[in-house]
Amino acid sequence: MPSLKDLKNRIASVKATQKITKAMKMVAAAKLRRAQEAAEAARPYAERMTKVLAGLSAANAGNAEAPLLLSGTGKDQVHLLIVATGERGLAGGFNSSIIRLARDHALKLLAQGKTVKIITVGRKGNDILRRTFKDNIVDYVTFREIKQLGFAQADEVAHKVLALYNAGEFDIATLFYARFQSVISQVATASQIIPAKFDATQAADASSALYEYEPSEEEILEDLLPKNVAVQIFRALLENNASFYGAQMSAMDNATRNAGDMINKLTLSYNRQRQAQITKELIEIISGAEAL
Amino acid sequence: MAEAFNFELVSPERLLVSEKVTEVVIPATLGEMTVLANHAPTMTTIKPGVVSVKLASGQVTKYVVFGGFADILPTGCTLLAESAVPASELTHATLQKRIETTQTEINHAQNDEHKTKLEQFLAELTHLNGVVNPA
Repeated sequence: MPSLKDLKNRIASVKATQKITKAMKMVAAAKLRRAQEAAEAARPYAERMTKVLAGLSAANAGNAEAPLLLSGTGKDQVHLLIVATGERGLAGGFNSSIIRLARDHALKLLAQGKTVKIITVGRKGNDILRRTFKDNIVDYVTFREIKQLGFAQADEVAHKVLALYNAGEFDIATLFYARFQSVISQVATASQIIPAKFDATQAADASSALYEYEPSEEEILEDLLPKNVAVQIFRALLENNASFYGAQMSAMDNATRNAGDMINKLTLSYNRQRQAQITKELIEIISGAEAL
Repeated sequence: MAEAFNFELVSPERLLVSEKVTEVVIPATLGEMTVLANHAPTMTTIKPGVVSVKLASGQVTKYVVFGGFADILPTGCTLLAESAVPASELTHATLQKRIETTQTEINHAQNDEHKTKLEQFLAELTHLNGVVNPA
């Protein structure tokens, strides 16, 4: 049985923890709102880009000279996995769910005899994946010092990916991130970015207009495809950011509630023990008086 | 009064303009072009330059864009810029920084084709610098 003093100390420490988790929850809530706004602001650009590209690629579908980014290398031997995670922990299952998805995917590919290369974006993913896939990680990007994610950061990642692709280092690139569904639900998602894939419905929608191209259709396509890679990555990073704060907020909310429960339980046993001690002292006094 | 149409200027970070306008001047790669209502459907790439927008109210606002492309339809025009700022907010320093980054990129360019492209970009930026910030 812990002594009264021990219990008192434990209550104080749990209270301090609760204060921290509560503060973290509020910080996450504020950041979540900003991250969500940023993700929404980026949406129109990405949507229009996809629409235009879908139309262009539909028109170029049968073209044997279409850019490699669209048609692919024709092989699927070497896979590149771009795994985007958070920079920090304390966000519930956020990082681990993305990593699990990426790891399962990588193991499946390895079992099929394919080569797997990994680029990690974010410190957490790098730390964990390095344990299992030390030799597969080709690059590591971190945005630790960056406060506000901008397009420049996504462009930096895209540059690395495109440089590898142009050097023939891989055939298919897949991006792993957490899609932001709501504050309480973030879904780890894998999406293929190279070669580019488009919805058939979007293509049918966009290709109905007869366009004049200036300069030629091919040149525009060649210009746009690398940009599209950057846009896709940017979008994933923003969604990831919003998801991270969502996950952190609910994780911290849970932690605060658990700390509250624990304080109640500890206070109860503290009070009980104090009562017991008072009773014990009374009995000692009374029995001492009776003995006289 | 000229006919009005919808004009949207979007950068990856945000939607800058979405308004009824009567006239837009775009720095297309093959030369500047003015878009009015009922323009034939056109898709064109854009070089760094100034986009001047004439609102339906007659007011003219200017934006500086750094590359991108425009999707023009008879009913409207969408400009997807890689990066865009209102001309009034562009400072000499930010432009200078871009010029410097391009310069270093040229020094690191691997093949001639890439290098030529970057050099062209640099020339456009320098030209833009002269237009926006008359010394």
